[in-house]
Amino acid sequence: MTATTARPTARSARKVEPIYYAFLLPALILFTLAITVPGIIGIFFSFTDSIGIGEWQFSGFTNYIAAFSDPAIASSFLFTFGFALVTVVVVNVCALLLAVGLVARIRFKTGLRAIFVIPMVVSGIIIAYVFQFLFQNSVPALGSLLGIEALQTSMLASEDLAWIAIVIVTAWQAIPSALLIYIAGLLSIPGDVYEAAAIDGASGRQQLLRITLPLVAGYVLINVILGFKGFLNAYDVIVGLTNGGPGTATRSIAMTIISGFNSGDYAYQMATATMFFVVAVVIAVLQLVVTRGRNSV
Amino acid sequence: MVATTAQAPPTTPGIRAGSRNRRPRVVLERVSWPTTIILLLCAVTVLLPLYVTIAMAFKTSSQSVDGNAFSLPSPISVQGFIDAWQLTDAGVGFGVSVLVTAGTVALTIFLAAFASYAIIRNWDNRLFKGAFFYLLGAMFIPFPVVALPQIQLTGRFGLDNPLGVILLASMFQLSFSVLLFSAFLRSIPIELEESARIDGATTWQTFWKLIFPLLAPMSATVGIFAFLYAWNDFMMPSLIISDPAMQTLPVRQNLFQSQFSSNYNIAFASYLMAMAPAIIAYLLAQRWVMEGVTQGAVKG
Repeated sequence: MTATTARPTARSARKVEPIYYAFLLPALILFTLAITVPGIIGIFFSFTDSIGIGEWQFSGFTNYIAAFSDPAIASSFLFTFGFALVTVVVVNVCALLLAVGLVARIRFKTGLRAIFVIPMVVSGIIIAYVFQFLFQNSVPALGSLLGIEALQTSMLASEDLAWIAIVIVTAWQAIPSALLIYIAGLLSIPGDVYEAAAIDGASGRQQLLRITLPLVAGYVLINVILGFKGFLNAYDVIVGLTNGGPGTATRSIAMTIISGFNSGDYAYQMATATMFFVVAVVIAVLQLVVTRGRNSV
Repeated sequence: MVATTAQAPPTTPGIRAGSRNRRPRVVLERVSWPTTIILLLCAVTVLLPLYVTIAMAFKTSSQSVDGNAFSLPSPISVQGFIDAWQLTDAGVGFGVSVLVTAGTVALTIFLAAFASYAIIRNWDNRLFKGAFFYLLGAMFIPFPVVALPQIQLTGRFGLDNPLGVILLASMFQLSFSVLLFSAFLRSIPIELEESARIDGATTWQTFWKLIFPLLAPMSATVGIFAFLYAWNDFMMPSLIISDPAMQTLPVRQNLFQSQFSSNYNIAFASYLMAMAPAIIAYLLAQRWVMEGVTQGAVKG
């Protein structure tokens, strides 16, 4: 897969055949119109006082200065990053443990693996509604049955606990793709490594910590970055579970930005979006640097 | 690729045990029942919400109103489905969801395959090389960042409908798909094409008759990702499609949330109808999905 092998060296000096432009341009033009142009427009208007329609004037960095001192925006950034961080840890710990189990000598291997992947194909907002029902009815019912007071009121109604429900549902849905990557990683470890370790008397736990973990470290890194990037965009699951509430306790960055659509804070929320964009770029650059050795980009 | 190794029939290790194979880890250990049991318990947490959805959907309104999620439906009733279908106008919802999903899958595969081929065959040309990195750049841009201007622009140009969603969804899938296709195209030996060209094939014929069929495994991977995204997404259609009557199935669940109120059987029947096609498609094409996702995730 190195870039050089398939390069058409023989024809490199020739002029580009026109038909190649016809192959490339549709994608290029649509992409520019659908993503680049809106992006530029958005950044442009973040320096104005536009409300989305009608007249507007340049306002310099006013929006950014205001956004920086806006507790609503600060709290949504804080919530989203905290949520993404916790979720990434939960997802990767669960996925790695499941993967280790799924490549071990177990029964029902194929069936179990098929089941664990199902959450990936389910719509986030719909499964959030299912869980919302469980959190509101079943968990409190279980709480009173077992006499556990903390569970008897819906955790979705609590400012301190609602985020945990969001982590649970997001993790439920995100574990499969991380799991598949870990399974691929684990299967790439040759069996004789474990053979040697077993001969040297390493216990199962030592093998896990000293051999498996270091050897899948690269996959952990991929999963952590991909996951974190995805979780920062949290929207569907939160809309289904809490819709940002109670109050604004679980309002994500995406929800804050979108609120600018109806509230007349268009330019203001474009400033939020631009700041979010900068964060996304930093993470993406990190991803490219980290995965460069793995891909032939 | 990797997934297939693990799907070897469970009998293999037993056979190998006698024949001194080089995988002693597999040979020496017997079936680990503790691990199996723990995994089965974990599988229950995956299946429980799905069981609840199915059980609730088949209840009568009078049974479902007690909010007991785990009881079996008695009697079994399909009234919830009939009511949900009518209430949410699910027929139109299905139509729109199928249109958006099929459109996104097709547009993504074709645009990405054609563009990747042009890019890889003209890699020495600065324009094409630049286009590659330009298209890849969208991996830096999450939808929320450009959502507000996109809502405005699609509204202004008459694309505040399923077509607009197809276009935007495909564009957000494009960078990842170009990355996958390019990696695959680089691995196809150029000699294959040159022999076709010697036989007089044009560039179009070479691509369409020879290369594009070879890309099928990657097209499947790209298509699976586009399918899952387009069928399940809530955020983009909810913001772009302005007419509620033309909304996709996931958005309909949101729109009718207040009208379901405590008719849980109707709500869950509606959820089930929206979820089922993707789950059934997955169960039918399991191996492809797992291999595709593994390949896509590791490469992307």
